[in-house]
Amino acid sequence: MSQYAFYILSALSVMSALFTVFSKKPVYSVLYLIFFFFTLFGHYILLNAQFLAAVHLIVYAGAIMVLFLFVIMMLNLNKEIEPNKNIVSKFAAVISSGLLLIVIVSVLKHADVEVSKLNQHTDIGLVESIGHVLYNEYMLPFEMVSILLLTALIGAVMLGKKEIK
Amino acid sequence: MEPININHYLLLSAILFCIGVAGVLFRRNAIIIFMCIELMLNSVNLLLTAFSNQHNDASGQVFVIFIMAVAAAEVAVGLAILVMIYRNVKSTDIDVLNKLKW
Repeated sequence: MSQYAFYILSALSVMSALFTVFSKKPVYSVLYLIFFFFTLFGHYILLNAQFLAAVHLIVYAGAIMVLFLFVIMMLNLNKEIEPNKNIVSKFAAVISSGLLLIVIVSVLKHADVEVSKLNQHTDIGLVESIGHVLYNEYMLPFEMVSILLLTALIGAVMLGKKEIK
Repeated sequence: MEPININHYLLLSAILFCIGVAGVLFRRNAIIIFMCIELMLNSVNLLLTAFSNQHNDASGQVFVIFIMAVAAAEVAVGLAILVMIYRNVKSTDIDVLNKLKW
């Protein structure tokens, strides 16, 4: 049952990622990216990472995608701005990323990954265990992330102002 | 049909990552390049979660939360820079931004 769900979700996520890259208008790209995030939500549920799934949905589909859509709509960017790209650079991009995929897959084939069945019934994805690890072992990085977010907030406001004197 | 193990997630993440790389190389619109960076970050997140599930260790999921925070900060600052660029050159085509090229 979960195998079928995995294969369907994987096919959907690869398709939506491809559409994100290759669709002509930026708004369609954003919509396909939202769909991609929903498929990843399904993957997280399959992996028993419930808290992560909720955070993923809130942060990505809720915050980041709204930012993208707002920027595209407010700047009125929904037009094709790449009319005469030369075919050589397109071809080179596809070939080089395909070669990268081949390299990664062949390296991973020979890597010594310990293959065991994934845990179907585990509770490490719940809020309790994640919070335990986060506030015990990763206290300092957690505080650093808060400073990073504050810096990003101030930076975004500063950059977005009309005139910087 | 064989049961799902870590190899499936390795392959899926590699494919998604390479699609993201292809998008960064392929597209000339800066906003779509940002989206492709999000694709790559999310493929890594998925793989971290799969390994965390396999090893029964919550540290991987904590790192995913950190990556999400960094991605949110990156998108906020990046889009602000993009708005600035658009105000100055009236375009988000990265081929226009070649003043620092040579």
